[in-house]
Amino acid sequence: MSETATKLVLRPGADSATAPAEVSIGQIFLEFLIIGATSFGGAVPYLRGSLVTKRHWIDDKEFVEMLSISQSLPGLNATNMAILVGDKLRGALGSIAAIIGICLPGAVLMYVVGMFYRIHGDHDFVTAALKGVAAAAVGLILFTVMGLSKKSLAGKFDFVFMALTVIAVNRLHQSVPRTLVVVGLLAILFHRPSKKQKESATL
Amino acid sequence: MNQIPALVRVFAYLSILTVGGGMAAFPEMKILTVEVHKWLTFPQLIHLYSVGQMAPGPNMMMIAVIGQWAGGMLGAVAVLIAFFGPTALLAFVVARLWKKLEKWPWRTSIQQGLAPVSIGLLLAGCFTMAKGAIFGVETAAIAVGVLLILQRYKVNPALLVVGSAVLGVFSFMPK
Repeated sequence: MSETATKLVLRPGADSATAPAEVSIGQIFLEFLIIGATSFGGAVPYLRGSLVTKRHWIDDKEFVEMLSISQSLPGLNATNMAILVGDKLRGALGSIAAIIGICLPGAVLMYVVGMFYRIHGDHDFVTAALKGVAAAAVGLILFTVMGLSKKSLAGKFDFVFMALTVIAVNRLHQSVPRTLVVVGLLAILFHRPSKKQKESATL
Repeated sequence: MNQIPALVRVFAYLSILTVGGGMAAFPEMKILTVEVHKWLTFPQLIHLYSVGQMAPGPNMMMIAVIGQWAGGMLGAVAVLIAFFGPTALLAFVVARLWKKLEKWPWRTSIQQGLAPVSIGLLLAGCFTMAKGAIFGVETAAIAVGVLLILQRYKVNPALLVVGSAVLGVFSFMPK
């Protein structure tokens, strides 16, 4: 990792009015560790509460901007946010501290769960409970999908692209990368910049 | 047989498929971990994913269990690095470029175009999972119930998952 590059990019952030006093790598790790250990039921609201409201490490506008980048990229929102916020605060090392912090508690917990499941996973009580849990998880994902649809689908053609994706993966058994490239390209071309936007961009 | 190289390959590949959320990689995860490598069964995969919804932090930590079963502690660590490394690096690089791309008109087009596809991928993952998780009136009622409650009230989803575990015990525990 080049140190100079990190510093160069950090400079402009350090000049902005909202920039907090230097945050240490240890503080970043600890804060994300706490989020990682307490964010039951989805990390994003906890991230906002901790980073914006409690610590003032980023302001609300930055948070929304970073979240929009995180959602557009592959990767989980929570880990992408950790990378972005960590980088903003302390460059590459900040990112590494943040992502390890936010992942560690859940990973350790699931590791232990995995050991128990291996021993007790076929007990009647456990399988019965897990059937309920799995059904709930389906409801949870549907809720996420509906929330995202309401927020980011514009017009009936977006629903067509969404349906095409589902059909390609579930019915035609196409691989996810192929679906992503083919339907994604179609959708991007459909949303291509208008002539006007192109002209105003070159001005 | 040492499974670590295969674990790394599979989870690094799955990593870049998580457009829109972890669920987007689920159909491919099922094919690779269950059918190709036989690290676990489909019901186990569904159970782990669902239990993972009760754990704090990013919601795909269940992958550590697949690594553990196939390759022990080292397998779990390898899977975590393989799954989170590639997208972390990508986010790091793209975020730094993002501001510079502000004027590039295609940036908005890419965001608008990828939105319906990523939602479609999540939905496809959801259907793949539903095929194994919904198998009768009780499970369908739990899924719909969770959806409706979340839409109407501000409840922590993890609590609903715990509640559904209790319902599961009442519905499916052999008498």
